[in-house]
Amino acid sequence: MVSAQPAIEQIWDWLKEVADPEVPVLSVVDLGIVRDVQWIAGARQLVITITPTYCGCPAMDAITADMRSMLAKHGIERVEIRQQLSPAWTTDWISGEAKARLLDFGIAPPANRAVDVTEIVPAVVACPRCRSRRTEVLSRFGSTACKALYRCLDCLEPFDVFKQH
Amino acid sequence: MSAGSDNILFEYLLRLGDNCLILSQRLSEWCGHGPVLEEDIALTNVALDLLGQARLWLSYAGEVEGRGRGEDDLAFLRDAREFRNVLLVEQSNADYAFTTARQFYFDAWHSLALSELMRSADVRVAEIAEKAAKEVTYHLQRSSEWVIRLGDGTEESRHRMQTAVDALWSYTGELFEMDEMDRSARERGLGPDWSALRERWMQYVARTFAEATLEIPQGTWMQRGGRHGVHSERLGYILAEMQFLQRAYPGAKW
Ligand SMILES: [Zn+2]
Repeated sequence: MVSAQPAIEQIWDWLKEVADPEVPVLSVVDLGIVRDVQWIAGARQLVITITPTYCGCPAMDAITADMRSMLAKHGIERVEIRQQLSPAWTTDWISGEAKARLLDFGIAPPANRAVDVTEIVPAVVACPRCRSRRTEVLSRFGSTACKALYRCLDCLEPFDVFKQH
Repeated sequence: MSAGSDNILFEYLLRLGDNCLILSQRLSEWCGHGPVLEEDIALTNVALDLLGQARLWLSYAGEVEGRGRGEDDLAFLRDAREFRNVLLVEQSNADYAFTTARQFYFDAWHSLALSELMRSADVRVAEIAEKAAKEVTYHLQRSSEWVIRLGDGTEESRHRMQTAVDALWSYTGELFEMDEMDRSARERGLGPDWSALRERWMQYVARTFAEATLEIPQGTWMQRGGRHGVHSERLGYILAEMQFLQRAYPGAKW
């Protein structure tokens, strides 16, 4: 007796529980890393298409391992993970709701690239703690490839900014 | 090469991938030695981006060659004569002005090169270029800022920056060289006429140097050879460090 395959929507929900190892307040789905989920008809095999954030992102191996173990927990063991480069990952795929969560976590969310394509590190970034707009860049590169480091000139706290990409 | 494999595409990919790999390795030497913590982090992040790009180019090269060599075999088991990077990227880190000048010359070319390669007739080349271009835009912003900051800085920083851009100038010609291989690739729509990028590159360099109060080097004699496997002795030292583990313990895994 073969049990029914879980629905694709159900699988997306499970993947929403897989946190990004470096920005745990976002899931791999929030980040837009998971591009597609499909069952191969008749093969009982799941194909997940993912795209890397940055070419050298060292978290990608951990992310695929975490996705596999999450699915294994729900009895899905035959998973093929395919990598896709195009269209290139953009922070515009992070939803407004996920950006609000980033802000609550203390990381200034990325500006919308579709609106402002000129600056990867925007000129004005509000402090995630006190919301002051008097802030300055400390370093274009922060603790991970996807972040820059800023400092608030009012509350004096340094903070991470998720770079527009 | 195995029968029927595409030697032009293979060599073309090695040239692109080796530039990224060797510059990445050079930048990694700064890890733990940066002048300030933020710069240490920035250099290693740029190194990481370039390593990721090298992996994409070299994995594809291995597939095209069709002899079962993967990215690791190409990185760790080739000798200096088989590397196809330009001489610029293997130059020593020296002081921070040299590291900055090398990065700036390369980024300014890399950014133009990728924007052309995004239109390659080879879909995979176009996809890798599209992905890498976003990262390199950021590298170029950063290295340009440093050229300006050090050039238009103190007397000492200006002197050092001018010395570095002068010393590395003769390594910039190779970036725009067109040989038989490039012409064949160009005819197939794989990539651009490199020599045609020189004018736009020069304009960008001139604009940045003007802001940095630096003089544009005047030399016209250019070094060449890296793209054909003729390297300076410096590459030997880079490879000795990068390849040591796989040479001493073949097949070692973490
Ligand atoms: Zn604040």
